[in-house]
Amino acid sequence: MSEIAGAPGAADPAGGPEPTTTERKTSEVLHFAVRNPKLLIGLGIVLSLLLLGIFGPFFIDQDPNEYVGPKSQPPNGEYWFGTTSFGQDVWAQFVYGLRSTFLIGAFGGGVAFVIGTTVGFVAGYKGGIVDEILNMLTNVVLVLPALVVLIVITAYLEVRGVFIQGVFIGLTSWPWAARAVRSQALSLATRDYVDLARLSGRRTWRIITTEIAPNMSSYLVMSFILLFGGSILIAAGLDFIGLGPSNGVSLGLMLESAMKWSSLYLGMWWWFIPPGLGITMIVGSLYILNVGLDEVFNPKLREL
Amino acid sequence: MLELSHVHKVYRVGAFGGGRLRAVRDVSLKVEAGEVVSLIGESGSGKSTIGKMVLGLFRPTSGTIAFDGTDITTIRGHNARKAYYRRVQGVFQDPFSSFNPIFKADRVFEMIRSSYFPGISDADWRERVLKAVGTVRLDPENVLGKYPHQLSGGQLQRLLIARALLLDVDLLVADEVISMLDASTRIDVLNLLADLKERGMAILFVTHDLSLGNYVSDRSVILRKGAIAEMGPTVRVFENPLHPYSRHLLSCVPQLHRTWAEVDAELEANPPEDVELPVASDDVSAPLLEAEEGHFVGIDQG
Repeated sequence: MSEIAGAPGAADPAGGPEPTTTERKTSEVLHFAVRNPKLLIGLGIVLSLLLLGIFGPFFIDQDPNEYVGPKSQPPNGEYWFGTTSFGQDVWAQFVYGLRSTFLIGAFGGGVAFVIGTTVGFVAGYKGGIVDEILNMLTNVVLVLPALVVLIVITAYLEVRGVFIQGVFIGLTSWPWAARAVRSQALSLATRDYVDLARLSGRRTWRIITTEIAPNMSSYLVMSFILLFGGSILIAAGLDFIGLGPSNGVSLGLMLESAMKWSSLYLGMWWWFIPPGLGITMIVGSLYILNVGLDEVFNPKLREL
Repeated sequence: MLELSHVHKVYRVGAFGGGRLRAVRDVSLKVEAGEVVSLIGESGSGKSTIGKMVLGLFRPTSGTIAFDGTDITTIRGHNARKAYYRRVQGVFQDPFSSFNPIFKADRVFEMIRSSYFPGISDADWRERVLKAVGTVRLDPENVLGKYPHQLSGGQLQRLLIARALLLDVDLLVADEVISMLDASTRIDVLNLLADLKERGMAILFVTHDLSLGNYVSDRSVILRKGAIAEMGPTVRVFENPLHPYSRHLLSCVPQLHRTWAEVDAELEANPPEDVELPVASDDVSAPLLEAEEGHFVGIDQG
């Protein structure tokens, strides 16, 4: 008796070659992805702004803060987004600002993601006293008034660059990601295949990266997107109160100088609308993208 | 080979961890090489907890679990633990959750290969896998390269046993391995376990099914509320149950050729002799009394 006839799974492979799961899963996800308007719209806006931020600056010869033209010009053929009251090109500032905004999102979001997932995975997987300590740490950072701490820290730094800002944003915004990842890891860590991997002599970090993390990959992608958007917002807030990068340009800094030089009262709408709309569009479409991804990955949310 | 002495496991329960639940109470038992020992008990009797403690997945609250004289709770460091798992393996109750759903099922073999046989050649390894899969009476064509959801519970369960075979372990902890299988596959796996025993593998067979315990094991341990109710050679335990709980359990097994009324009438006619049970001096200990040679009876927990 080699095989039990009729046992499920032992069934005949004669019914044609069945596609393997990975292929089927990928094509299934893709099938719903290309039919999800939220995902497509969100991804389209984010990608086009990203491309503009990456390649736009190559077509601009001068420094974005240089005084190049006539003062306070509304948008025209030469200066697409007009000029500031000092004669700076708003378009040049905008594309450079997009670049640094994406940088801060990737960097701040990246730092927060790495810390948050590491803490979450270790706490959820190890449990016991390790979990208690990491959880306490997470809760302490979570209840810190992050913006106040950031203001204090950045106010003390003499030279502020995009990267330093990103690190500090990352260091204060990881706790909710840690909590979310921990709760998922807690439930996945009790599966028998995790025990089996331990019996197979696997090290803890390999179990986390090869057994637990792949089973929550969609969750991790969405966490990163939310952290990315959150970092952009925090950075814009810091820039707006004058604690942005001291040596560059960003969308938040543009808003700050627009406010500082009373563009609102002077009716210079071309000065504050582009950065404000830029931030809103990036973060808004990131969130729409996130909802779209959620619908693609979670069958219960799919609209057919 | 494996010796548990006075092993306790206490869980903290309740909102603030204030409550205590004694899942395993003062359990002492031995498993010799080439011996099958059944741990029989109802749900919540602590039998799976004992299995997991032997596998080092839980730590006992107190007591020692010695494997070839070394207390496994003192094993520290990844390499020492890896060496222990080279000799002791487990098969879990639920085959469907024992495989990571996003990888192919034979990845369990690859994990062993990368951990324990890194130097072996592809062809050599392939041969070993085919041999192990053949030993558990599976057709390699049907099971290798498939995803877990494409295989049946019985096939998955036997793949896990094949995994233990590849390591050629000395002790296998089989935690309810047959409860998920249908009747025809069940006897296959049982016979397989008997074959493994012939090869000198010791098996700790955790089950809630009395007849399965009777079928495979040399010695049986009946657990109740975490403590041993009765322990001894399977033949003696089943022919001459001494503990009221074991008697009750055995009388609950339906019999093909007799009705409940007949069984009850016979019990009424010749009531079994009462044995004097040991008395625990406190809430945590559970002494055993040797009623006949190698046949122990435990405390009465009501």
